[in-house]
Amino acid sequence: MAEADETEQTDGAESTTGRELTMSRAMVDAIAAEMRTDDDVFVLGEDVADYGGIFDSTEGLLDEFGREKIMDVPISETGFIGAAVGAAQAGMRPIAELMFVDFFGVGMDQIYNQMAKNTYMSGGSVNVPMVLMTAVGGAYNDAAQHSQTLYGTFAHLPGMKVVVPSTAYDAKGLMHTAIRDDDPVVYMFHKRLMGIGWMPAPAGPKTPVPEDDYTIEFGEADVKREGDDVTVVTLGLHVHRALEAADELDGAVDTEVIDLRTLVPLDTETVLESVRKTGRLLVVDEDYHSFGVSGEIIARATEGALDDLSAVGRVTMPDAPIPYARPLEQEVNPGTEDIVEAVRDLAGTADE
Amino acid sequence: MYGWMVTARRYEERLQEEYLEGKQPAFDISAGPIPGELHLAAGQEAAAAGVCAHLRDDDTVTAPHRPHHVAIAKGVDLERMTAEIFGRRTGLCKGKGGHMHLFDPDVNFAGSGIIAEGCPPAVGAALAAKKRGEDSVAVAYLGEGAISQGGFLESLNLAAVHDLPVVFVIEDNDWAISMPKERVTDVKNGAQRADGFDMPGIRVDHDDAVAIYDAAGEAVGRARDGNGPTLLEVQVHRRMGHFMGDAEGYRPDADTERAKQRDSIERMETTLRNEGVDESTIDDIRDRSHERVEGAIEWAKDQPEPDPEEAYEDVFSNPPAGWTPTSEPAEPVGGDD
Ligand SMILES: Cc1ncc(C[n+]2csc(CCOP(=O)(O)OP(=O)(O)O)c2C)c(N)n1
Repeated sequence: MAEADETEQTDGAESTTGRELTMSRAMVDAIAAEMRTDDDVFVLGEDVADYGGIFDSTEGLLDEFGREKIMDVPISETGFIGAAVGAAQAGMRPIAELMFVDFFGVGMDQIYNQMAKNTYMSGGSVNVPMVLMTAVGGAYNDAAQHSQTLYGTFAHLPGMKVVVPSTAYDAKGLMHTAIRDDDPVVYMFHKRLMGIGWMPAPAGPKTPVPEDDYTIEFGEADVKREGDDVTVVTLGLHVHRALEAADELDGAVDTEVIDLRTLVPLDTETVLESVRKTGRLLVVDEDYHSFGVSGEIIARATEGALDDLSAVGRVTMPDAPIPYARPLEQEVNPGTEDIVEAVRDLAGTADE
Repeated sequence: MYGWMVTARRYEERLQEEYLEGKQPAFDISAGPIPGELHLAAGQEAAAAGVCAHLRDDDTVTAPHRPHHVAIAKGVDLERMTAEIFGRRTGLCKGKGGHMHLFDPDVNFAGSGIIAEGCPPAVGAALAAKKRGEDSVAVAYLGEGAISQGGFLESLNLAAVHDLPVVFVIEDNDWAISMPKERVTDVKNGAQRADGFDMPGIRVDHDDAVAIYDAAGEAVGRARDGNGPTLLEVQVHRRMGHFMGDAEGYRPDADTERAKQRDSIERMETTLRNEGVDESTIDDIRDRSHERVEGAIEWAKDQPEPDPEEAYEDVFSNPPAGWTPTSEPAEPVGGDD
């Protein structure tokens, strides 16, 4: 399960730009570029200044922009996330960091009753151009209050765009788009992908990243690997696990891997196109099993391509809080082997 | 009190050694026998001992993410707490909680890793005691960084308007991860927050277990006698990083040095000597504490790990009929025929 994570970051030779970045550097690159061109952009959060963000999401920004722009705030999620909403409504472009997504409960009213709804409730006369970035995911035994993924919670509640990068290249492009967007964007990054010293990442997320600014449009899934037999739809860390699983199955099952990249908006068309071709759909999601992303994707596939589907399945977190002990967390967190097995099962259903 | 303090210090020194095993040379948080985050409380022992010395088993304590010193002083089962931190089946929480989420109902101890969120449940425990006409009290521990949090302020208000037997204990160690106190609050004296709720606020300016004991005696006594809540702030010192692996690049060396010099344990030893306690008694207490710690660690390491399927137990104490948390469907659906 987590065993695949211990691999070292590789320095790939395919760099077209002469530089490869970790996902955290790529995010910071975009934030810095936006701050240089737009005075209204600023960052606020716990430990974002001197510490540079617990997961390096604001590393080095204090040096260039100072404390007025990179603001450490008291531990008071209701207060500072709400303040970001207010500043955004006043025309600024704040980036607020919620250190772990698990802490959302403390400030959730400001997130889903203010940030997400004010545009609608005002009949469109108010808008909230802010980014709420937050760390998600487990795989290092930090237990139930620090390991959740919660994609579904944020995507379920209308009014926020929800972005989940899986590579440094995407992290930068999606961050540029998020900051320029006139709506609130929840930018969820997986801790394991950031490339921080104390939490080794798998090889995939460190990619070549152009120096220049570029945006990635929301709602465009990325077909990471083409295949004819089974479609695996996933996002975040599990893009890399799915790719690993697909490699492992090479020769036996031809697996297509789709990285959703954004949940709101959701690129249903790319998923449908793929399942029309393969006829078999597996959704891999580190969020809880029920009432979430996996159910949604399968529902859309059945609505849009029922006749083409011969099998569906999902590999997800069970509906249990995330346990601490290693054998327990490994049991619940979907690993590469779980994906291999599920893809095999799906492929097998057609051969019988 | 001295015994608890040296037990806590030794305990954490040993945990630190165990934690670093397998994480060297390059620190990898998920490697080694104790994975996850580990927040140590070296330098804060007086806050635990001075307050918990007034508590009985039926009094409730809620602890934050830095809980070991308080757990030890409250009398949490040391063996099972250690087994929990090592992620073993016989741990306090069967390996599901880990070091930030220790629960020992035998001594009414509970934890939470969400800042200030132990305060409302402490108020609830006090409410239950009052409703039942019992004289037990509840103590909620939090850091000075947590006093900006809504859950804390709401708890103060609720406890005050209902005259509940709660003592809120702020451990002021000057830092909230990388944020020095002056950057998160404009009040030097956190106990001043009590004024806004018409509640007594007491601050003890130095981490002297005896001075803390005296102040806590007043606060716990007030609660036990039915005279309502108190906010008590005590100065402590964070001798180490926020968590293991924190390089503390944000913290001036001089500040860390100062924290180490103001050692509440040395201070307590001096107090004991001044009171005429002889050296061999002090040595004896220390040796016994060290033995106890060693015994707990050895016991814990011998304990079995949980079986993977145990991950699915305990979601409910009374699972609904037919309910299953497992994400594995019986069989994949579909198939050509
Ligand atoms: C609601 C919430 N926000 C943020 C955090 C992350 N966090 C954990 S400890 C901490 C600092 C706490 O500082 P303080 O209350 O002074 O306690 P200390 O660590 O100094 O003991 C923060 C911000 C959290 N656990 N919960």
